[in-house]
Amino acid sequence: MAVKLPIYMDNHATTPVDPRVVEAMMPFFTDKFGNAASRNHEFGWQAEEAVENARAQIARLINATPKEIVFTSGATESTNLAIKGVAEMYREKGNHIITQVTEHKATLDTCKRLEKYGYEVNYLPVEKDGRINLDELRRAITPKTILISIMYANNEIGVVQPIAEIGKIAKEKGIFFHCDAVQAVGKVPVDVQKDGIDIMSISGHKIYGPKGVGAIYVRRKNPRVQLAAIIDGGGHERGMRSGTLNVPGIVGLGKACELCQVEMASEAKHLSGLRDKLKDSIMSRLDETYINGSMEHRLPHNINISFAFVEGESLLMGINDVAVSSGSACTSATLEPSYVLKALGVGEDLAHTSIRFGLGRFNTEEEVNYVADRVVETVNRLRELSPLYEMAKEGVDISNMKWVAASDSH
Amino acid sequence: MAYSEKVVDHYNNPRNVGSLDKKDKNVGTGLVGAPECGDVMKLQMKVNPETRVIEEAKFKTFGCGSAIASSSLATEWVKGKTVEEALAIKNTDIVRELSLPPVKIHCSVLAEDAIKAALSDWKTKQGEAATKPAESTAARS
Repeated sequence: MAVKLPIYMDNHATTPVDPRVVEAMMPFFTDKFGNAASRNHEFGWQAEEAVENARAQIARLINATPKEIVFTSGATESTNLAIKGVAEMYREKGNHIITQVTEHKATLDTCKRLEKYGYEVNYLPVEKDGRINLDELRRAITPKTILISIMYANNEIGVVQPIAEIGKIAKEKGIFFHCDAVQAVGKVPVDVQKDGIDIMSISGHKIYGPKGVGAIYVRRKNPRVQLAAIIDGGGHERGMRSGTLNVPGIVGLGKACELCQVEMASEAKHLSGLRDKLKDSIMSRLDETYINGSMEHRLPHNINISFAFVEGESLLMGINDVAVSSGSACTSATLEPSYVLKALGVGEDLAHTSIRFGLGRFNTEEEVNYVADRVVETVNRLRELSPLYEMAKEGVDISNMKWVAASDSH
Repeated sequence: MAYSEKVVDHYNNPRNVGSLDKKDKNVGTGLVGAPECGDVMKLQMKVNPETRVIEEAKFKTFGCGSAIASSSLATEWVKGKTVEEALAIKNTDIVRELSLPPVKIHCSVLAEDAIKAALSDWKTKQGEAATKPAESTAARS
């Protein structure tokens, strides 16, 4: 069967909206366009009912109660609200925050900003497999620690952190635990009770819902979490997030969560099967390829591979009918290779050669076969072009060579 | 990022890929860049010591599409030129020919460095003082 090109395999960046989600959203653009805050007419009531329904759908997926769900514009806002909201609200209790180095920039840059305002932040390192060391977490805690912010699963390498253990430590010490669960919600079972999560960031567009909508889970008891708002205004969402609710988006997020809940188990099995097929098909045909991050603690739809001696951007260029992404510096604005891979201890030379494959709900086995063939063929072609591959084959140890960088580059 | 047509063409049909015998007295080899920086270029040229004309040029490059295109173009340009003419090639000429965006200028710098490194190696092998690029350019003007 011929596959339809281009193939999308970058589902950690974003996902297409599921047609069932679009269908659920449609009436809320036109017929049911009301403002959920309009308390005195039918249009408002319809919108409010739809919003409350979505709140319940999200709550069910993560084992929370609907009142603990607050809608936002997306997970970046949720994470900002979580960290800045706790920092401001509990300033008298302490000024210390613990996070880790492979977090999303929404977390890292928010923490960096707080450092400017007198907060102290510990950025825990990760082990070679991409997970934090729980003893190091325990050691980092001080009487001034008010928040631990650790992601559920990483967006580049798909590595899942020991969340329930972190939740337990946080609870023991009476510290709030914020979890950026953007990549994990809807993909693996996330349970805020079992996992001991107090605050959690959720995104719509990573789970086949629309862009521009997200949510934050804020625990109401054991312990009750209060957040200082970062957006002030009409006092929507119990004062935590002012602004007219994005009703169609919220309906879409709710529906997306409902679909994930129903289909998660079978989808995870299907996607991990495809992922393993992709990995095996590529790695059995190419030498000098390396998986980045733990295979054991990993999202079912992620694989991240370094193809030694082949620069990532040139590989992407060769497989231009396949949408994936690379940790190569050349694909980033900063000319630095992936900070996530560097944190794992992956050498910069190998970080430049990494490709992230993010499978999704709509990928097929035919697509996986096509992608694997294209990758193998392109890596072989580029290795023929690579002086490093030639030297490696001649037995030259590249790591011990003295390299002279270009006169003004880097 | 969108690539220019010329970059895509060189990437898809790289000219003069391969290696020359680096032990040959008439072959100059330049290896520049670093794996940690994401680009390494190897440029080799076979120069006729009588006429000082570059008769053959080969390259291998680890790097992005623009780095591959820059080195591929460099081999095309140096072929048939004298050593002195080749040394006069500027990275800005490569930038213009390939329409490289600012973020890719270092690829062209690397290609210019590779030409100079290869010819410097050739000169050393020929027993000439490996003149610095700046001096050799000055000598021609």
